[in-house]
Amino acid sequence: MSKYIRAKITENTPVNKGHNLLVLSSDNIQQHPLPGQFYMIGTDFSYDPLLKRPFSIFRETSSAEGGELQFLYRIKGKGTERMKEMKKGDTVNLFGPLGNGYPMPGKNFTPVLIAGGIGIASLFPLAEKLSGNIHFFYGARTSGELLMLNELKGLVKKELIISADDGSEGRKGTVVDALNVFLTSNPQLLTSNFLLYACGPSPMLEAVSKFAAEKGIKGYISMEENMACGVGACLGCAVKTKKGYKRVCKEGPVFEIGEIVW
Amino acid sequence: MNLTVNIGKLKLKNPVMTASGTFGYGEEYSEFVDLNKLGAVVVKGLSLLPREGNPPPRIVETPAGMLNAIGLQNIGIENFIREKLSFLRQFDTSVIVNFFGDSIDEYAKAAERLSAVDGIHGLEMNISCPNKEADWRIFGTDPKGTFEVVSAVRKVTDLTLIVKLSPNVTDIALMAKVAEDAGADAVSLINTITGMAIDIKTKRPRLGNITGGLSGPAIKPIAVRMVYETFRAVKIPVIGMGGIMNSSDAIEFLLAGATAVAVGTANFINPSATNDIIKGIESFMAENNITDLNELTGGIKSPQIEMEASGAE
Repeated sequence: MSKYIRAKITENTPVNKGHNLLVLSSDNIQQHPLPGQFYMIGTDFSYDPLLKRPFSIFRETSSAEGGELQFLYRIKGKGTERMKEMKKGDTVNLFGPLGNGYPMPGKNFTPVLIAGGIGIASLFPLAEKLSGNIHFFYGARTSGELLMLNELKGLVKKELIISADDGSEGRKGTVVDALNVFLTSNPQLLTSNFLLYACGPSPMLEAVSKFAAEKGIKGYISMEENMACGVGACLGCAVKTKKGYKRVCKEGPVFEIGEIVW
Repeated sequence: MNLTVNIGKLKLKNPVMTASGTFGYGEEYSEFVDLNKLGAVVVKGLSLLPREGNPPPRIVETPAGMLNAIGLQNIGIENFIREKLSFLRQFDTSVIVNFFGDSIDEYAKAAERLSAVDGIHGLEMNISCPNKEADWRIFGTDPKGTFEVVSAVRKVTDLTLIVKLSPNVTDIALMAKVAEDAGADAVSLINTITGMAIDIKTKRPRLGNITGGLSGPAIKPIAVRMVYETFRAVKIPVIGMGGIMNSSDAIEFLLAGATAVAVGTANFINPSATNDIIKGIESFMAENNITDLNELTGGIKSPQIEMEASGAE
C-alpha cells in the first residue's frame, strides 16, 4: 500500500546553474521505484503553490536510517523556486512511486538513450540499470543545461555523444541531428533490434518521434504534462494518443514511440 | 459519539464524502484511503456514452487554487457498471454516482439505467459543469430548466437524488429551492467557479478549453456563503464543498448549514485527506464535548441571525 509520507531533506545542493539535487530520507519509503517512475512532492502545507509537483526518480540508495531517494530538478517555477530554498533537515511531503516506468529491453536489443536537458533525471537510472551497456545521446540548448556529464562518462560503455544547440559543449546542434549523423556513419545499427528511449522537452520528443517514424525505429518516450493528482483520478494530465486520450500519470509517463499524436 | 448523517434515504456513517471528478472511480485512491471509512464515495461524472474530454492542457495552478477543463471525460455508464462497480461493491460505504446528459431525455435515461443496478446507493445530478456547451447551461442556471430536468429524473428513480448546483448564478438559494420543489432529496454545492488564466509571454490561454472551473482554498469563502444562504432557503439537506482542505474547513461548512461535506482538490495534495478530515472532526467533537455531529449543522452564531430568525426588527 502506497503511503502519503513526510521525508527529511538530507541534501539540496546545486549541481549546475538552475539545477539542484534533492536527497530525501525516510524509514517509510517502502517501494523500490523503477527507472522512469516519479513521485509527487510538495514543499510544505502552504496554499501557494497549492499542488504537488511530479519529479522523476534519479536514484534510490539506502542508508542507516532507511531508504534514500534522489531527485534532480530544474528550478523553473513557483514550486521549484520554493523547493530550492529548503534546507537540510527540513521536511517535504510526498507519495509514490507512480506511473509505469521504462520497459526493460529484451536481451538482443541495442538500447539507445536520448536525453534533453533535465530529461537526464529520468534516463540516468535506466542507464545504471542497464549497466551502461547503451549508446547515450545527451543534448541541451547550451552547456549550462547539461548535467551529470562526469557521471555519464564513467557509466556509458558504448557511444556517449554530447551536444548543445549553440555549440558551447560537444557537437553543435540538436540530439536528433547527432543521432542522425551517428546512424548515417553506423548504418549496421539500424536493425530491428535498435530500441530508443527518450526523455526531454516536448519539441525534442516530437522531433525524436518523427525521426523514429521515418527510420522505422521502435522505442519509448517519457512525456510531461501539467498534473494535479498523480494517481489517475483527475484526468488533468491527458495527452492525445492514437487510441484517444491517455493519462501521463497512469498509462504513462512512458509511451511507445509513435503512440502520441503531436 | 454519533457521526452519522441522513441524506434522503441514505444513512452515511460520517459526513465526509469525496467530490465527483476528484476521486476517479474510487480505486485510484484505494491505496491511500480506507474506503470503508468514508461517508460516501462520489464517482467521476458519467454519461450514457463515453466522452473523450477536452484537449490539453486541462489543468493549471492558480494562487491557492487550480483551474480545470477536463471536459467531462468518462468511460460511460455501461463500462462503469461492467468494469468499476464490482470493485466499489466490496466496501462498506455508500456509492453515489454523479451523472449528466445533453438533454432532459438523456438525464432521465441515465438515471433510470443507474437505478436498475445493485451497488449504487444514490445519484448526484450534475447540472452545473462549467465546461459544457452554452445551451447546456440552462439546466444549471435557469430555474425553469432546472425544474424540468430534476422533475424528469425524479420520476424515474427511487434512489436518493442529490442535485449539484452551480455557483455561476445570481441566487443559488433560489436554484436550490427549485431543485427541492422538483423532488430533489438534497442539494450539493458548490461546483467550480468559471475562471481563466492567460500566459503573458505567449499571450495564449493557459487551458486548452480557454476557460475552466476554479477549485481549491481560493473558492472556500464563496462556497461557505452559498451553503449558508441555501441552508436558510430549503428544508432538504445541503452537502457543502469548495476548497475543504482539513477538518476545520469541514466544520466551518457544517456550521454554515451543511449536513455533509465533500472533499475535492485536497485529495490531489494529500491523497489521504478524506481519512485525515474524518479523524480531525472526531477530535474536534471530543474536545468540545459534542456527542452528535448533527448539532453542528447550521450552528453558526450571530446576534443578527438570531434576531432575523425570531422575526424581530
